Amino acid sequence: MKLQRMNRRALALGALAVSGALALTACGSDETGTPGGGSSNAAASSNIKCDDASGQVLADGSSAQKNAVDAWVKQFSAACKVEINYKAGGSGAGVTAFTQGQVPWAGSDSALKPDEVAASKKICSGGQGIDLPMVGGPIAVGYNVPGVDKLVLDSATIAKIFDSKITNWNDPAIAKLNPDAKLPNLKIQAFHRSDESGTTDNFTKYLIATAKKDFPYEGGKAWQAKGGQSAPQSSGVAAQVKQTAGAIGYFELSYAKDGIKTVAIDTGAAEPVEANVENATKAIADAKVVGTGKDLALELNYATKADGAYPMVLVTYEIVCDKGNKAETLPAVKAFLRYAASEDGQKILAENDYAPMPDDIIAKVRTTVESLS
Amino acid sequence: MDTTQIADAPPPTQPPTAQQKRATRGATRPGDRIFLGLSRGSGILLLVIMAAIAGFLTYRAVLAISKNEGNFLTTFEWNTGVNPPVFGIAVLAYGTIVSSIIAMVIAVPVSVAIALFLTHYAPRRLRGPIAYVIDLLAAVPSIVYGLWGALILVPHMSGLFGWLNDYLGWTGIFSWNGGAARSMLTVGILLAIMILPIITNVSREVFRQVPQMHEEAALALGATRWEVIRMAVIPFGRSGVISASMLGLGRALGETMAVATVLSPDFLIHTSLLNPGGGTFAQNIASKFSEATEFGRDALIASGLVLFVITLLVNGAARAIIARRKEYSGANA
Repeated sequence: MKLQRMNRRALALGALAVSGALALTACGSDETGTPGGGSSNAAASSNIKCDDASGQVLADGSSAQKNAVDAWVKQFSAACKVEINYKAGGSGAGVTAFTQGQVPWAGSDSALKPDEVAASKKICSGGQGIDLPMVGGPIAVGYNVPGVDKLVLDSATIAKIFDSKITNWNDPAIAKLNPDAKLPNLKIQAFHRSDESGTTDNFTKYLIATAKKDFPYEGGKAWQAKGGQSAPQSSGVAAQVKQTAGAIGYFELSYAKDGIKTVAIDTGAAEPVEANVENATKAIADAKVVGTGKDLALELNYATKADGAYPMVLVTYEIVCDKGNKAETLPAVKAFLRYAASEDGQKILAENDYAPMPDDIIAKVRTTVESLS
Repeated sequence: MDTTQIADAPPPTQPPTAQQKRATRGATRPGDRIFLGLSRGSGILLLVIMAAIAGFLTYRAVLAISKNEGNFLTTFEWNTGVNPPVFGIAVLAYGTIVSSIIAMVIAVPVSVAIALFLTHYAPRRLRGPIAYVIDLLAAVPSIVYGLWGALILVPHMSGLFGWLNDYLGWTGIFSWNGGAARSMLTVGILLAIMILPIITNVSREVFRQVPQMHEEAALALGATRWEVIRMAVIPFGRSGVISASMLGLGRALGETMAVATVLSPDFLIHTSLLNPGGGTFAQNIASKFSEATEFGRDALIASGLVLFVITLLVNGAARAIIARRKEYSGANA
């Protein structure tokens, strides 16, 4: 009996070890690709100005930009003696950690709200939290329709599909936009995010800005339309789209792989626009800065009709204090952000399916980073 | 939430008479006094901790509910990020209860059957290994159940769903729109598998405690083995099986990751158990927490408070049922 109990304990320990390993792997489920990839070269790191940065920096925030930050960190910590630990706990968690003074910078899918700015004044002595747009991400609409390799949709049709107003792939509205495609008689399974997400926020912002009539909701991080199906995180939605015939769903472009096809959007431009990083950068170039002072919060022009501008984009910000940063972390944070905003830093983004910031916006970011104190 | 208190309900004690009191007081030794102090202290500490949790939940919940534009109990929406915020728990309460009921309906009979088989039918050589395998089921972490559910169970449920839709679709409860089987019924089946080991184990222990004399007496009266089980074993074990079921129910009510992985949640109450949709308290908290603002977290905490209350009610009900069947409890055998 005693022997049996011992065995049981040993087995339980084994099970615990296995489950622990599984849990650790599960944590990484929202990551894609290999950050940095093989792009690292000595030349890139030699351009990084470390100044007197050293020590350890903790940061938290948007999971949408995790792969971008990881790629930066890899290059940056190879050049400087700084350990940067970005915990992609989500935008909400990041902003909360920032306004409570736990982290010197945070990543967020949306700019600080007025009450968050007010809260940040407590920890930025003499200053306040500001938004630095640093990473752009195209939101792709992926679909799984057997026999259809190219699909063009406009915002009104996308809105109707996700609001369960169009329920079959052979709907005349879809056929009109795709005269050459052989659309099957197949039920549409529209997938949205079950968790709150900046991706949902930006996707619905686009629909509301361009097709208010067909998408009569307020928007926000939580999905509001009724009907359809849902899955957690971009990876979950992408997995469902991949395995469900008739599915359509939205996620960041980097998840559109393994044969998931993406929708080209008919924006009113000469040609339907494909979801890729160059097209996303073109759309962000149409944005205007609405932040005051050093804050560089952007207002995107979702209704852009510029040729080759993919309007369904998400911009993630790095949030720091403009003044009153903690003395022990300021050099490291400043050096890191300087690198992220540099040409090299922005170039790495495209290799990881993110969109670099357009030139005039990133120029403003660089000036602001230099002025942090 | 820890629900283990149910299983080891303290045996009923008679209030000591004045004479007894005097006797114990007279014989107080330092060890007794220290032990008394320690156990009383931990008892009080437990109450304080529970009260602190309840107080914290209530405080944060009130903060959130006071700003809620919708009705907290009846709104079919969860949107804390917009101004004014709107959120309600109707769908979550419905989903939590329905999925747990499905799990109980499936798991309790199966568990009792397994426990009876192990104690009364299985060859002695098989008892150990089978019990052991069932124990192992309890050691599997819930995220693994979730992954298994999403990758294996969901795709394989379509056949059953189609069959249910063909023959029972007219009831409305089993109609199916052909979507992926990420529905309440699938969640209920998954939860049933997850709570099966705990119910089986406790029931088996209880059935093993049945006094040999009862069974032998029944056999001597000419009862068959099934009649022995029906007349001696089951009545004796009933309260134990009920507490075992309540333990299982506690796990089903609070299960988070497996539900969040398998279900396709939305904020509607569907009459059909087969169509994707619905949600549970724990699943909603898990999926909304990371992106929630301070206020959004308060709202989630408010929903957590409701789950807390539901669990307390379930525990209370279980205790009431067990108290009524005291005559069969092991302590009196």
